Amino acid sequence: MDGIAGRKSALTWAVHISVLLLVALWTLPTAGLLISSFRDKDQLAVSGWWTALTTSTQNLVGRADGAEKQVEVDGKFVIAGNLLDGPGQTVTAFGYRSQEPTKFKAGEIADLGDGRGLTVTADGDYIIESDLRIEGDRGQRIFYTAAIPPRFSLDNYRSVLGSGGAGRAFVNSLTVTIPSTIIPIMVAAFAAYALAWMRFPGRALLIAVIVGLLVVPLQLSLIPLLTLYNKIGAFAGIPAKGYVGIWLAHMAFGLPLAIYLLRNYMAGLPGEIIESARVDGASDFDIFIRIVLPLSFPALASFAIFQFLWVWNDLLVALVFLAPQKEQLVLTGQLVNLMGSRGGDWEILTASAFVTIVVPLLVFFSLQRFLVRGLLAGSVKGG
Amino acid sequence: MTQQVITATITILIGVAGSILYFVGTNWLLDRIFPFRDGASPNAARNHRITTAVRPWLFLGPALLALGVYLIYPVFETLRLSLYNRDTTAFVGFDNYAWLVGDAGFRESILNNFMWLLVVPTAATFFGLMAAVLTDRIWWGNIAKSLVFMPMAISFVGASVIWKFVYDYRAAGSEQIGILNAFVVWLGFEPQAWIAVPVWNNFFLMVILIWIQTGFAMVILSAALRGIPEETMEAAVIDGANDFQIFFHIMVPQIWGTIAVVWTTITIVVLKVFDIVFAMTNGQWNSQVLGNLMYDWMFRGFDFGRGAAIAIVIMVLVTPIMISNIRRAKAETKGH
Repeated sequence: MDGIAGRKSALTWAVHISVLLLVALWTLPTAGLLISSFRDKDQLAVSGWWTALTTSTQNLVGRADGAEKQVEVDGKFVIAGNLLDGPGQTVTAFGYRSQEPTKFKAGEIADLGDGRGLTVTADGDYIIESDLRIEGDRGQRIFYTAAIPPRFSLDNYRSVLGSGGAGRAFVNSLTVTIPSTIIPIMVAAFAAYALAWMRFPGRALLIAVIVGLLVVPLQLSLIPLLTLYNKIGAFAGIPAKGYVGIWLAHMAFGLPLAIYLLRNYMAGLPGEIIESARVDGASDFDIFIRIVLPLSFPALASFAIFQFLWVWNDLLVALVFLAPQKEQLVLTGQLVNLMGSRGGDWEILTASAFVTIVVPLLVFFSLQRFLVRGLLAGSVKGG
Repeated sequence: MTQQVITATITILIGVAGSILYFVGTNWLLDRIFPFRDGASPNAARNHRITTAVRPWLFLGPALLALGVYLIYPVFETLRLSLYNRDTTAFVGFDNYAWLVGDAGFRESILNNFMWLLVVPTAATFFGLMAAVLTDRIWWGNIAKSLVFMPMAISFVGASVIWKFVYDYRAAGSEQIGILNAFVVWLGFEPQAWIAVPVWNNFFLMVILIWIQTGFAMVILSAALRGIPEETMEAAVIDGANDFQIFFHIMVPQIWGTIAVVWTTITIVVLKVFDIVFAMTNGQWNSQVLGNLMYDWMFRGFDFGRGAAIAIVIMVLVTPIMISNIRRAKAETKGH
């Protein structure tokens, strides 16, 4: 339909702009999270992520050195130092009372009384000059407004991965996901072959059951399985919540989709190959192992990606079948806990969220082809 | 932690080796007990019949066992539990269902779920169709598709954090760090705590699911659009149809079946929605839904009877779609 006629250039522009708008709406929220996770936590708390590249103004408070640091210069007692902690920052205003934090412009002299004067210059240097010896051990509080250039760092990630526990949760997520992805493939592939190429009574009914199970809500399984696990745990004297339990649960929950996808794919393979192998005397087992399984690789890959994303991103099954302690807490569970307990600490939340979504995003962008193929086979039957 | 990695690795090995052992072993055993190949066996014909009848069930065995224990048995067990009291010690008949009808939390959930059902599948399918049609006409369409599709890979919890950040609220007068409030303030309005405003907050939660599901709709619909025969569109162009006529009269009718599939698939997701509400509001401010209500009664109320009854309600809502899916699958597999 491209370029049917030149008169449509206005429409073409409208299409470009609409798609651009759509893409912006769909990517900006994630971009905001990603940018914020690298920002300095003080800047993140006071300015939007879209201002991340501009210099931000912050109202800060510092304390001058105490009286023990004073030196006598030309009969005056002087305490001097610098308020700022990074390059490129400038002080625009300062004050010495919390009610008037911006009373003086940088470079002006503030009268503190008792013959003492305070000056803060734009580069952050402060000088307190006094005619008399300065008493008291605590330094003078100085309120100042500073223009701070954008600061990016990995600090948020460092704190989240270390003491924040995301590092441990990351390993737990991998522990849950990898066996749950690999184990069902074999089981599903054999079942799918039987449903696609073997003749036996009840086959049509079984296919219908599998299609039906595709949409059974997980919620239905939770209470009976939890009760069952508790009974087994009590009987065998082992904890009811653990990795083995969740591996088996995820495997079973993934089976309907796996069998459905693989059966559809295998049923689409050319029948002549399989029939001629049968005529040559090969058993179904040989046909499956030597012919069908190798040909089904794309479908196996599609399912593996689905299952990986689904298990990694799952929250409900993990909440039910794993203990809430850090030995078994997965990334999604940890992130939900943080949303409850540290709801306003965006430096923690943004970095944790990104740690949680980075693996699925990598899988997504590198293996998108298989994901799309699987989606197409799973909902509108391919071919 | 090392221990844990070792256990996981061993489990993978045991799982894979175990299933190989099972399939190879049973196959070997079957051929050994009922030999028919050597020709020497007097019962070769009978044995061949038996192996052909038994082998499918050996292939299906582990899968059927897992499905039976983890999906089929629970359906019936949940049905049974829903007729019992909180700790399954006394039969109470339909008391749990009677309680549901009168419970304010349940009515709120049903109402909210109904709104979700109206809005999310429709909006996601609509945006998906728009994205599919528009991206097919521009040179950078594949990049655009990839980006719209990306949220599919993000967990509901991750998406919730992303959008909670978008909705972040600071008191009026202070600098807004949530982009939505910053925009609203820039337009000259008061900032709002979006997820705490009853009724409307539901829509802000729905946006998250729409954002995730649009990519799915787009991918499926885009494939369907490409399957439309070129001739029908060329004929329409020759007849002088404009773009909108082609879209509504040629394209949409031909992919109507696929639109229905996408719509019902998203409907199922909506009926089960849990994570988003759990993470964003936990059902506060009138945003409760069935999935979260069920979790509440199961793990905070410790009432398995009521929890099971709510699960059964979700199942009943899913059933019509399940039946239509089975019908469609049957029609598709006919002749094979």
